[in-house]
Amino acid sequence: MSGSASTNALYADKSWVRRMARPFFAVACLLATLSGVVVLAVLLGSVVMSALGRVDSRPWYDLAANLRSLVELMLRLVTNTPGESAAVSGFRVGVVSSLWLLALVALFAVPVGVGAAVFLEEYASPGRIKNFVQTNISNLAGVPSIVYGILGLTLFVRAFGFKPLALGYSIWSGALTLGLLVLPTIIIAAQEALRAVPPSLRQAALALGGNRWQTVRDHVIPAAAPGIMTGVILALSRAIGETAPVLMVTQATSLLDPPRGPNDQYVPLPLEIYNYAKFPGAEDQALAAGGILLLLLLLLSMNAVAIFLRNRYARLARA
Amino acid sequence: MSGPAEILKSPVDLVWARPSWFRRVESKVVFGLLVLCSMVTILTTLGIVIILTFESVRFFQVSGVSPLKFVTGTDVEPPVFGILPLIWGTFLVAVGASFLALPIGLLSAIYLSEYAPRGVRAVLKPTLELLAGVPTIVYGFLALQLVTPILRSVLGPMGFQVQQFNALSACIVVGVMIIPMISSLSEDVLSAVPQGLREAAYGLGATKFEVATRVVLPAGLSGVIASAILAISRAVGETMAVVLAAGQVPNLTLNPLVSIETMTAYIVSVVGGEETPGSAKSLSLFAVAMVLFLITLLMNIISQLILNRYREVYQ
Repeated sequence: MSGSASTNALYADKSWVRRMARPFFAVACLLATLSGVVVLAVLLGSVVMSALGRVDSRPWYDLAANLRSLVELMLRLVTNTPGESAAVSGFRVGVVSSLWLLALVALFAVPVGVGAAVFLEEYASPGRIKNFVQTNISNLAGVPSIVYGILGLTLFVRAFGFKPLALGYSIWSGALTLGLLVLPTIIIAAQEALRAVPPSLRQAALALGGNRWQTVRDHVIPAAAPGIMTGVILALSRAIGETAPVLMVTQATSLLDPPRGPNDQYVPLPLEIYNYAKFPGAEDQALAAGGILLLLLLLLSMNAVAIFLRNRYARLARA
Repeated sequence: MSGPAEILKSPVDLVWARPSWFRRVESKVVFGLLVLCSMVTILTTLGIVIILTFESVRFFQVSGVSPLKFVTGTDVEPPVFGILPLIWGTFLVAVGASFLALPIGLLSAIYLSEYAPRGVRAVLKPTLELLAGVPTIVYGFLALQLVTPILRSVLGPMGFQVQQFNALSACIVVGVMIIPMISSLSEDVLSAVPQGLREAAYGLGATKFEVATRVVLPAGLSGVIASAILAISRAVGETMAVVLAAGQVPNLTLNPLVSIETMTAYIVSVVGGEETPGSAKSLSLFAVAMVLFLITLLMNIISQLILNRYREVYQ
């Protein structure tokens, strides 16, 4: 009897703080993590609510009818251009502009970003130059996006006042500005993907007589492609969601027709949203919410593809 | 007639045959192109520094304001151009946001690295990443449509006047915005703490709570601080959420319920204001951007120095 009591005393936690803190701390940590999920849900829910504008007094749990009006709203927003009233306005100009930007940013930033990553990982020998470039890239990744807007305004839109080279307020300017903005993100992601390729793959290719470029082109880049793709998609979705830099490199606040080519003026989707969100009127706000819904739909599906690619790739690598 | 020695080339010669003309040129061209790609990043930095420096100098010449007066003056309007209220507004939002984001971000990092079962982690991490992918304009809209009305209905009956645009809503949404950044960066750092440290602590009879707070956290502290600095620098450079939530009224105040203006919001207001190019006001945005750039650059460099030192300890 007395023996087991003393054994229990040995094992018992004397400090109540120690006993109480354990579960409380774990729960606090869990709640903190879940807050992210809650925020995402609240965010989506409140945007959908604002977009539908509770004019029709249908309860929220009438899901089928609400979903139908949501789809109708989306279709209207994608097909219509700015009209006389908010009720008939849509984001066709913004959607088309943003898709142009997406294509041109990808065209510019992906080759340059992957090229820089390949140089740093596969060609550059460790040393001062590599360190310098690497430090520079990490610093660029931390530069506020609006500063890139100023760079784009001076360099691409005005070309330091040298008219023949100035691109003006065209899609080219916007795409180059956003391209520079996401370049560090793409480089860092591509570097990580290249670093994950096992050295034995390179050794095998070199042993069979391939030169450095053949090894990189035919073996290293294909092996790193899923990782690179993930980084690229995340970076492009960031470019599409950015408002501040394009605010500096677009002039038009509202266009009646979507741009037809990269030399045209443009108003990307986030900027159109901003132009409606600025005004306090209920109709403008509802329209802004609709635009946000479109933007989120585009971005979240891009991100979902990226995350899916990465998870699948990680599973393959483990197997 | 050629002799047998010429017909039967030694196999060694075949192996070491010089690569074809095309391969040699290709290698050189590719190398050049790759160097060029890397140069783009250097040129970007140079471009930013040169543009901001030149135009800021022009601003100081045109306006006749001294750089010291520029950062200490309290009247933003021309001809005074004192941007202290803008710096203060930026500071207010960054500090407010970190009050919200640092504890939550850190706790969720600890949860993800120490507590979460594998399955839960596999669901939560991508969700946090989705949150990080939400554009900042959405957070600004949320501040206007959700946060400010809630603040009004909570604080209004208590006798507080909450303006339509207010600093507090900006602090909240920017804080929420940087939580995923802090938690994912800190989680990387905490996960990198060697497993042996944890096992040693468990072996000495520590509980999970004690391992997390007294072993893992102190071991990863420098990395956590670095990620916090990085996130705060993001809050400093944040533009659209702040423009929509906090408004564009320069204000040197401690009251978070009134409208303020940050440096980024000032830049947006000057761009939207149709100033004549070359005027002091239109050039002032470059000087403000210079201050912004220097502040964020300094924070990034400090954060990197800390991280590098941290890596040296554990590798």
